[in-house]
Amino acid sequence: MTKTSSNWDGAQMLVKSLEKEGVECMFGIPGGATIPIFDALVTTGTKIKFVLTRHEQAATHMADGYARATGKPAVVLVTSGPGATNTVTGILTAHMDSVPMIVLSGQAAAHMLGKDAFQEADIYGMTMPIIKHSYLIHDTNHIPRIVREAYHIATTGRPGPVLIDVPKNVSVAPFAGDPEAAMDLPGYDPTPAAPDPRLIQAIAGALQKARKPLLLLGHGAIIADACAAIRALAEKLHAPVTNTLLGKGSFPETHPLSLGMLGMHGTAYANKAMVEADLILNFGSRFDDRILGIPARFGRDAVKIHVDIDPAEIGKMIQPDIACVGDARMVAEALLKAVGKGDTADWLKRINAYKKEFPLHYRRTGGLKMQHVIEELFTLTGGKAIVATDVGQHQMWTAQYWKVDQRNNWLSSGGAGTMGFGLPAAIGAQFGRPKDLVISFSGDGGFQMTMADLATACNHKLPIKAIVLNNSYLGMVRQWQELFYDDRKSGVDLLGNPDFAKFAESYGALGLRIKRAADVRKVLTRALEYDKGPCVVDVHVHKEQNVFPMVPAGKALEDMIIEPRPRRGRPPARKK
Amino acid sequence: MQTSAIASHTLSVVVANKPGVLARIAHVFARRGFNIDSLVVSSSMEGNVSRMTITALGDPANLQQIIEQVKKLVDVIHCTDHTGEDVVVKEMALVKVHAGVAARTEVLQIADHFKAESVDMTETSMIIMAVGDSEKIEAMLKLLKKFKVVELCRTGKVVMARGEEPT
Repeated sequence: MTKTSSNWDGAQMLVKSLEKEGVECMFGIPGGATIPIFDALVTTGTKIKFVLTRHEQAATHMADGYARATGKPAVVLVTSGPGATNTVTGILTAHMDSVPMIVLSGQAAAHMLGKDAFQEADIYGMTMPIIKHSYLIHDTNHIPRIVREAYHIATTGRPGPVLIDVPKNVSVAPFAGDPEAAMDLPGYDPTPAAPDPRLIQAIAGALQKARKPLLLLGHGAIIADACAAIRALAEKLHAPVTNTLLGKGSFPETHPLSLGMLGMHGTAYANKAMVEADLILNFGSRFDDRILGIPARFGRDAVKIHVDIDPAEIGKMIQPDIACVGDARMVAEALLKAVGKGDTADWLKRINAYKKEFPLHYRRTGGLKMQHVIEELFTLTGGKAIVATDVGQHQMWTAQYWKVDQRNNWLSSGGAGTMGFGLPAAIGAQFGRPKDLVISFSGDGGFQMTMADLATACNHKLPIKAIVLNNSYLGMVRQWQELFYDDRKSGVDLLGNPDFAKFAESYGALGLRIKRAADVRKVLTRALEYDKGPCVVDVHVHKEQNVFPMVPAGKALEDMIIEPRPRRGRPPARKK
Repeated sequence: MQTSAIASHTLSVVVANKPGVLARIAHVFARRGFNIDSLVVSSSMEGNVSRMTITALGDPANLQQIIEQVKKLVDVIHCTDHTGEDVVVKEMALVKVHAGVAARTEVLQIADHFKAESVDMTETSMIIMAVGDSEKIEAMLKLLKKFKVVELCRTGKVVMARGEEPT
C-alpha cells in the first residue's frame, strides 16, 4: 500500500518534520534499528540529501564541518548500539565548540529497553553530560514537536548538538498526532535581551579611558554574526584585536589591527599585548585554559569585560570587572554608537614594534617544513578557501600561518581537540558549499583515524584537497616529550604508516607526494588544478620540528618560549 | 573536615516534568565533585512542573558555577540558592529507638518536648516522627542516642520562601 501524508508512520513523520525545519543534508550509516527511517527517506520522496559514510564518527564530523561552514545544522543518522556510540566523539566535539547538530539514533524497541536487547545502548544516558539536550521518543505522536524543539535548541542561544533516540517501534507505528504541534520548552528561552544601556555606558566609559585596550574574539563573535560590528568598533577605537583558535575569521587576520591567534601557540605579539593591555574586551570567548596560561595571572592589570550569550561562562574561568550577558552583535552595535575615537597611538606603536621584533618565522632550509607547505598553499590560493584542520602541530602552524579573513572559513576542533576531524569536516563543508575551495590539513596520525571516508569524498567526486603533513610521529606529544620529559619518546612513533598517495589512488582519488622543499609549489599547483575528485597530498616533512612560540602548560603567558633553544646534538635541558 | 569556605546550601530547582531531568541535574553536581546531601522531588501545583529541593555541601564559588550550569539545562525553569534568605526550611525524620517498658516514658518525654510523636510501639521498640528544622531534629537525636537508635530515616529538606512571593 502506498502511504500518503494522512497515514504516515513515525519514520516518515520524522523525515518530513526534519525537512520542514529546513534540514538539507544528512550523514550516516544504516542498521537494523534505522531501516524504517532509511525506508522513509525513499517513500517520502524527501529533498534531504543523504550521504552514506564509512564510519559514524566521520558522519558527525561531516555534519559538524557542514554546520561550521554554512551556519546551518545537518543531521547525523545512525543505528542503535555501536552506531550510536560511535557518534559520541563527534557529539563532544560539537558540544565543546558550540556547533549545532542533530543526531538521530535508532534504538531497540521500547519494550526491550533495559533488557540488553541486540544493539541496545543507552546513548541517551551516555551522552547526557556532553550534549545540549536529548530525547528518547516514547510516543510516535510526539515526533513533530520533538523535532521542532531539537532544531530550535540546536540552533539558538549558544548552539550545540541535540540527540533524538528513536526506538524501532516508535518509527514503525502509525502517526496519529498533530504535525503542527507546538514546542513545549518552559525552561528554555534563548532570546537575548537588548543590551542594558547602563552597562553599555559602563563599557564605553572603560574603553574610552583605556590607553592599551585589546579586543579578544572567540567563536561566539562568529556565531552571533558580530564580525562587521566588531570590526567597525575596533577601527573606531584603534584597538588591536586578537582571536582564539575558533575565533579565526571573526576579524580579518590580514588587517593591520589584527594580532592573530593568542594563547599556548599564539603569536608572541598577541600574548605580549595580552600581558600588557589595560583593558580586555572579550566577545564570545570562554577564556579557555589554552589562552589563559595561569588564570590568576591573566590580565592582572587589565579591566576585563566579558560579553557572552551563556551566563554560565561569566566567571567560570575569569572573574570579569564588567559582565555582559547578551548577543555579541547587539552589544558591539550598541558600543559602536556609544564610543568615540580611541587614543591608542603609543600602544599601537609598541605592538607594531613587537610585530617587527618577534614575527612568526621559520627557515625554509634544513628539511621541508610544515609551515612552508601551509604558507605556499595560502599564497597560491590567496587564502580564498575553507580550511579544515586536524589536531596537533600542523593545526597550530595552520592557525599561525593561514590568515583567515572571513567567518565560517575555519573548521578546527578546539575544545575537544579531536584527531580525525579534518578530513570529514572538509567533506561536510564541501557538501554545504559546493562552489568553494575546501582544503584539509592533517597530520599522519589524525588522518589515519578517519581516512576510510576518503571513499565518501570519492563517491561524490568532491574536489577537496587533503594535505597530509607527514612526519611519522604523533608530533605534538613528541614535542612535549622532547621539551618537558628529557626527550624520552614514548608511544609516538608511527612506524608502519601507509603510502598515503597510493592509498588515495586505491580509492580512485588523485594521490600526490612531496618530499623536497623544491617541489612544494609545483605539486600544490597540480593539486589545485585537479577538479575531478579528491586529491591527497602526502607531504614528507621534517620529522622533529617543534611549534613555537609556546606557553608551556602550567606557565603564565609572559613565560612564553618565543624561540626554540639551539639544538646541540642532545636534548635541551628542562626549563626551570 | 569543614573549612570556613565550605557551607551547606539549600537550592530549589523548578523543572519541566520531563524524563531524564533528575539525571541531568545529578550529572552537573557529580562532575564537579559535589555530594548531594539531600534531595526532595515533588510535583508542584502545575502538573507539568516539578520542584526539587537540593542540599549540598561545598564552597560558594564552585556552587555558583553549578547553579549556572543547572540553569542552563533545557528542562530547568529556574534554580535558586536560598542560603541566608528568609525561608522556611523543614524536614521530617523517623527514628526507631530500642526502648523497652522502662525507657518508654523518657523517650516519650523527649518526643513531646520536640513536638514529635510516637507512631509505632512494640514491647522493645518505638518509632518517633519529628517534623521541623534540621537543628531541632539534630537536638532530639542527640538526646535519643542515650537509647539505642536502631534506624534513622530523614526526608531531606523542603524549602519555601516566606511571604507572598513564590519561592
